[in-house]
Amino acid sequence: MRLSVSHATHYAYGSQVDYSIQRLLLTPLSYAAQRVVSWQIKAPGVEGALQYSDAFGNRVHLITALKPDEPHTIIADGVVDVDDVAGLVQGLPMRVPDAVFLRQTEATQPSEAMLDMLGGIGERPSNTLNFLHALMGATHGAVIYETGSTHAHTTGAEAFAQGRGVCQDHAHVFIGLARASQIPARYVTGYLIADDVSPAAHAWAEALVPDLGWVGFDAANAKCPTDHYVRVACGLDATGTAPVRGCRRGGADEQMTVEVRVEMAQQ
Amino acid sequence: MKRCFDEMNGLEGVHRPPYSRISQWLSTLNPEQARKALDHAEAIFRRQGITFAVYGGGEASERLIPFDIVPRVFAAQEWRRLSQGIEQRVRALNMFLHDIYHRQEIIRAGRIPRHAIINNAAFVPEMIGLDPARGIYSHIIGIDIVRTGENDFFVLEDNCRTPSGVSYMLEDREAMMFLFPQLFAQQRVAPVEHYPSMLRSTLESVAPSACRGEPVVVVLTPGIHNSAFFEHAFLADEMGAELCEGNDLFVSDGWLYMRTTQEPKKVDVVYRRIDDAYLDPLTFRPDSALGVPGIFDVYRAGRVTLVNAPGTGVADDKAIYSYLPDVVEFYTGQKPLLQNVPTWRCADADSLKYVLDHLSDLVVKEVHGSGGYGMLVGPTSTKAEVEAFRAKLKSNPTNYIAQPTLSLSTVPTYVDTGVAPRHVDLRPFVLSGDRIRITPGGLTRVALKEGSLVVNSSQGGGTKDTWVLED
Amino acid sequence: MLGRTASSLFWMSRYVERAENMARLLEVGYRISLMPGAVEGHRDEWRSTLLSAACEYGYSQKHKEPTAENVINFLLFDLDNPSSIKSCLMTARNNGRAVRTALSRDVWESINSTWNEFSRVTPESVSAARLPEFLEWIRQRSMAFRGALLGTMLRTDNYYFSQLGNFIERADSTARILDVKYYILLPRPSDVGSDLDVQQWGQILRSVSAHRAYRWFYRDSRYKPWLVSEFLILREEMPRSLRFSYQWINTALEGLAGLYGKRTECHDMASQRLTALRQGSMDDIFKDGLHEFLQDFINENSRLSAAIARNYNFP
Repeated sequence: MRLSVSHATHYAYGSQVDYSIQRLLLTPLSYAAQRVVSWQIKAPGVEGALQYSDAFGNRVHLITALKPDEPHTIIADGVVDVDDVAGLVQGLPMRVPDAVFLRQTEATQPSEAMLDMLGGIGERPSNTLNFLHALMGATHGAVIYETGSTHAHTTGAEAFAQGRGVCQDHAHVFIGLARASQIPARYVTGYLIADDVSPAAHAWAEALVPDLGWVGFDAANAKCPTDHYVRVACGLDATGTAPVRGCRRGGADEQMTVEVRVEMAQQ
Repeated sequence: MKRCFDEMNGLEGVHRPPYSRISQWLSTLNPEQARKALDHAEAIFRRQGITFAVYGGGEASERLIPFDIVPRVFAAQEWRRLSQGIEQRVRALNMFLHDIYHRQEIIRAGRIPRHAIINNAAFVPEMIGLDPARGIYSHIIGIDIVRTGENDFFVLEDNCRTPSGVSYMLEDREAMMFLFPQLFAQQRVAPVEHYPSMLRSTLESVAPSACRGEPVVVVLTPGIHNSAFFEHAFLADEMGAELCEGNDLFVSDGWLYMRTTQEPKKVDVVYRRIDDAYLDPLTFRPDSALGVPGIFDVYRAGRVTLVNAPGTGVADDKAIYSYLPDVVEFYTGQKPLLQNVPTWRCADADSLKYVLDHLSDLVVKEVHGSGGYGMLVGPTSTKAEVEAFRAKLKSNPTNYIAQPTLSLSTVPTYVDTGVAPRHVDLRPFVLSGDRIRITPGGLTRVALKEGSLVVNSSQGGGTKDTWVLED
Repeated sequence: MLGRTASSLFWMSRYVERAENMARLLEVGYRISLMPGAVEGHRDEWRSTLLSAACEYGYSQKHKEPTAENVINFLLFDLDNPSSIKSCLMTARNNGRAVRTALSRDVWESINSTWNEFSRVTPESVSAARLPEFLEWIRQRSMAFRGALLGTMLRTDNYYFSQLGNFIERADSTARILDVKYYILLPRPSDVGSDLDVQQWGQILRSVSAHRAYRWFYRDSRYKPWLVSEFLILREEMPRSLRFSYQWINTALEGLAGLYGKRTECHDMASQRLTALRQGSMDDIFKDGLHEFLQDFINENSRLSAAIARNYNFP
């Protein structure tokens, strides 16, 4: 499937921004199931951006601006070819030892209630893949998808307790419980084009399955990623994987809006 | 409890050779001279503002750390042996840090359990795969060492994050040379005053490869309210480096700059005295106002060097400490020259048996406990307490470690009643860059209360000048 | 040099100068309060002191009528008042501490020991009888600081930024004292030339330690508004005059321009102001209104301060 993606983030402020710095995790990488045909980032200061690969292999742009014009917009867009390989993630350059993805963070740390649910799934069986599918199903059932029911800093445990959340929360719950079962798991950001909902920035999880390697699990949709998913970045949790993370001096009352378009493109 | 080793009088009350001049001097020192010297030292320290802040205090929250006029002395030979052990340990600590932020061979080899690293709060995953200049992570290490006998030294703790106290080492020497110059005329004491220039050389030697010309070095401080601010200013001054606060530095187009009265100036090496969590709100705590947004990105891209590297705390963590002898051997292929305080991990069956057999002689601690809770001090506990603890220990042995009670050495110290022995420890400062540099001696901390083993300045401990005699 | 270092040097000197000026204002207030209350207008002396110190609003937030005890405490010890002598010395010392490495040892020890000694003084220990002695001590310490600065600091940017803070503050203080004492206390033109008027002009001169200098300079023991104003505004011989202050400000800015090889917006502002003071006459100033002149000066002076901060990247 050839997908054309455009991800725009607009910023407006009530007063002049004196200095702004933003870290962008907005660049998809090519690997076995995904080939980036073209990709570019347009943003003030992007010409002088610092580019490097972070600990998790993500391509980072760090942009800075002194007294930038307003409002300003960051646009990442391009074309990506994706294959449906049942969520298998192979051929990504990774320097980080897999075991690091056993580290719980504040967002993934499972609560007692979550561990109870894990107990209901049963002991981790010899077949890790089946276990993870069961975990994905249980997570999907325990947290109902509801837009706006949580915010950026809601932890997996909090979303689990209220039984409602968005894709970020599903991923956190799934990851926390996989790690609690000694299965390395990581948080993944990207884009999704679906039949029933409008295309959007999306998040899911990947877990390490013996003999298979890393496999994607989208607990929000209770399925493994297909050729409708574009994978962008991964990390321990949502905070460390945010598409844009920034700081600024000046610039009161930030107004931020995000527009994402994903379309099937002509081959 | 057995008798303590006194560094002047040994165990038998026979003067040890390194102290021969000092003991002569002490026999002629009258109380009035001593009092005058102490007052003079205090006036010097206070006028120069050599104070440390006591948190929670009001306006009068700046205190002096008490200074003792009797120096602690090591013979050249003693120091040579000790410094070999220190150097070996410091090398191993840096190799360990490099490994756990790369392939984690030591975990693969089964020498340290995975969870002790991966779930360690001081482990910084963002550091993985980063290659710091010369492969050094902890450029400045302070190793806390105690002595229990003529040849018995133990490492109590490794300080790999931002060890402080070196300014006291330097100022104590200044004060002693001012107050008692004749003592230095009588024997050759290895100088320490070149520490700042050694520090500068070390920092320059780890400038990033992207740096052209003479590296620009700065000291990054949390500001005047930090307890060690004096030291930050002192070191910056002595090194001829700018003393910066977070908002003096900024990232622009991928480089780190300082804000000057003229054009921004590029910075190559940051000796930071800010904790990891506050270093960069873009990577670590987002609410930090002390740090520099983006500094970690610039570091990661190899355009600035952070000293010490983030994530070095994992090497001095309590939970890791007991593995240090293994760590030293794993990376250096040699037996450790410096001993750890023997630590029995009760998770291990043989160790557990030993601990249960010797409960009333040992200190037993919870692995993750702190502040003395859930702890058994065998020698001072009743039989009933020991037995109650035995039951707890048996039911969950993995939660405990045990150590012997150490009788720290004493050094003559000038107190209200005259000269009396007081317990001490030692913090030598070790610099790692193009090579390892160890200052002769270090900071001796002394527990001023009779019998006390607590040398911390926050709890009434003082400091002493530390001498290494030259052959 | 870091922008913050420049800022700290500027504010360190500025606050020491402010502490000294505050001590002088308190001395005058205290002196007046000792006089028999018969002279009309003097009961407002403490209010006038608050106004001269630009502390009236802050005071009114905490206290009702100005009483000797409250005003003295507010201006001397109250840390809620950012311009109290205690606040000034603390801020000056904290600024000095932050840039210790940029100071000579004598300058640092002077500001540090002043603060150490001051912080041990309790308000209770400063009885009315001890007040003059204590205020004199503060002035002495401020002058010792300045002596150390002049005598031991290298003439580089460190020194220039310290000088700028010092003289921006002095110019502000002198202008304010002149404006407040003259305009606030004497709204009616009929008072001009009266005995009361003479008393007031005497006070103004005392507030800047210039009553003897005035008599010596003008060979005249009667205080004449025209001469007093000239003395404090236009005379370059008078070290607390506006012109004198602006000469030093210009010298410091020229020093920076030489060192950095660059002139900025604040150079033009300062030199224009100095030219105006050199060419100005009291006739013109009184014709256009002394109050208007002084208000304009105070605003321009604070604009200059902001421009210095901007041009040299103060945080």
